[in-house]
Amino acid sequence: MSVLIYIDQSEGHIKKAALEALSYGSQLAKQTGTTAEGIVIGTVKDDLGSLGQYGITQVHQVANPQLDHLDAQVFTGILAQAVQLTGATIIIFPGNADGKTIAPRLSVRLKAALVSGAVGLPDTTNGFIVKKSVFSGKAFARVSLKTDIKIITLNPNAFPAVVSATDAKAAVVPFNATLDATKVKSLSVNKVKGDIPLSEAEIVVSGGRGLKGPENWGMVEELAKLLGGATACSRPVSDSDWRPHHEHVGQTGLAIAPNLYIAIGISGAIQHLAGVNRSKTIVVINKDPEAPFFKAADYGIVGDAFEVVPQLIEEVKKLKGVA
Amino acid sequence: MKILVCISKSPDTTAKIAFTDNNTKFAAAGVQWIINPYDEWYALVKAIEIKEKDTSAVIHLVTVGPADVEPIIRKALALGGDEAIRVNADSQDSFYVAAQIAEIARQGGYDLIFTGKETIDYNGSSVGGMIAEMLNMPFVGLANHFELNGNTSTITREIEGGEEKVEVDLPVVVSCQQGMAEARIPNMRGIMAARTKPLKVVEPAAADSLTEIVQFELPPAKEGVKLIPADNPAELIRLLHEEAKVI
Ligand SMILES: Cc1cc2nc3c(=O)[nH]c(=O)nc-3n(C[C@H](O)[C@H](O)[C@H](O)COP(=O)(O)OP(=O)(O)OC[C@H]3O[C@@H](n4cnc5c(N)ncnc54)[C@H](O)[C@@H]3O)c2cc1C
Ligand SMILES: Nc1ncnc2c1ncn2[C@@H]1O[C@H](COP(=O)(O)O)[C@@H](O)[C@H]1O
Repeated sequence: MSVLIYIDQSEGHIKKAALEALSYGSQLAKQTGTTAEGIVIGTVKDDLGSLGQYGITQVHQVANPQLDHLDAQVFTGILAQAVQLTGATIIIFPGNADGKTIAPRLSVRLKAALVSGAVGLPDTTNGFIVKKSVFSGKAFARVSLKTDIKIITLNPNAFPAVVSATDAKAAVVPFNATLDATKVKSLSVNKVKGDIPLSEAEIVVSGGRGLKGPENWGMVEELAKLLGGATACSRPVSDSDWRPHHEHVGQTGLAIAPNLYIAIGISGAIQHLAGVNRSKTIVVINKDPEAPFFKAADYGIVGDAFEVVPQLIEEVKKLKGVA
Repeated sequence: MKILVCISKSPDTTAKIAFTDNNTKFAAAGVQWIINPYDEWYALVKAIEIKEKDTSAVIHLVTVGPADVEPIIRKALALGGDEAIRVNADSQDSFYVAAQIAEIARQGGYDLIFTGKETIDYNGSSVGGMIAEMLNMPFVGLANHFELNGNTSTITREIEGGEEKVEVDLPVVVSCQQGMAEARIPNMRGIMAARTKPLKVVEPAAADSLTEIVQFELPPAKEGVKLIPADNPAELIRLLHEEAKVI
């Protein structure tokens, strides 16, 4: 009985989503009186031992360069072997694309109940009940997991990465797994260079149709950059190719939960809100005082974006001491 | 080329989300049902695009649900499916649904199985991967681009902070999201044709459900917006810095 956390890596680096999963897993281990261990697949440049800070005792590593790219079938085989080795009864995945690709397969392989989009630690007082996000962030469901082995995929940004023991080191142990045949061949990886990926950003500046055209995005990008954030957009904006598809947030786009979401020239349609309403603080800039977004906002300015945003940029520069 | 597209129903995206029976059931009275947007806009339309290039391709639709999902599946047929199969069962949980679809897939022998990225009500993002595992097929999740070259597919999928292009031989299961295809609306001819397209109803295979929803809850309401005059953006920055402490 232990908790096994899948430590997702991307190009050799451990990302925020993995740290959130480690913190969640080790707190769950504490709650259930057991230990938490991690498993990482592929070659990693970061120091794995230091992940002990997040409360795990061991990191099992399958350091095979052939496994630097995901093939869910092969990874599922490895994880099933790791579950057997560690005797884990709870397996945690980050709520990103890789987690969502592997966890369902592992659920079938182990015939283990899966809950995805968890927003809190399980209630283990009577059974095993996990609160998850449903209706695209408009509600929550408490889901009972009925099998002995349980799999939890987290909602991104729902659970903070917490350092629980600053100098704790995890033991890094090589793990030799038998590998299934690869069927998914990686051809190329295209990373959004230099920028912070939207799913990881603490601050997101987003623009809608109110910005009139792609040529007006300079101020959105500048504000995002000054604040150390990422840019996003509403669906009609990406549908019109003003912005790339991966920036589209909402019910049919990406769901995000940054600390700060600044919506500029976005009306706040319910489908848009579904993807952003878990943001901690929402700021709305819209020239129409009746725009529905104001009802979901914490702060708002009723005004013309083309006048307000340049002034905001100047104020942020003052705050940050940028000339 | 035989393609299976998994179609689920979901409440209209503007539907009011509320619960009844001591918060154990979704309040469905008066709610409009639609095809889950990911299934319609991305999975089904992609299948239709493939068929437009290769007219020998056949598109089957599968849905797991009681008789009240039939208007949804008819609409999907109107968009372009050739025939539909409804598994006559409540969709208990992801595992149960996947087991039903896997059973249909075993009988049909499909080259391609498309699902949506997720249902917009349960947000499981699980059924596609589960079907793939049950059928021992490769799975590519959260795909935003798909191309077919004979028996090989080139797929772009979302990864942390970017995209990855992969190559997979058929058969393969793919979950589809934005970027995959352009949404379409059914035309009159499609709607007429859909009336006579076959819609087969089959009884469910024996399968377990591994999870159960015990209760729903709504998030706490927002306190109300604090408005700042348009000529004083400095005040907004101050509030974000000192009060909300987010910058
Ligand atoms: C099934 C379904 C799914 C959908 N999924 C999504 C989704 O995932 N994400 C999404 O975003 N949408 C989605 N939509 C679309 C959604 O319903 C809205 O149409 C869309 O969000 C509107 O985008 P917008 O706010 O940019 O544009 P608009 O609604 O046109 O709003 C523009 C806003 O800009 C303001 N404005 C104009 N000029 C200025 C100015 N100079 N300064 C300041 N403000 C200005 C206007 O007052 C207005 O409020 C979906 C729709 C459906 C039916
Ligand atoms: N009851 C169902 N019938 C047919 N397909 C379904 C059903 N439920 C889910 N799916 C498919 O699986 C995808 C992912 O669903 P989920 O795992 O519930 O988020 C959906 O987008 C559909 O394509």
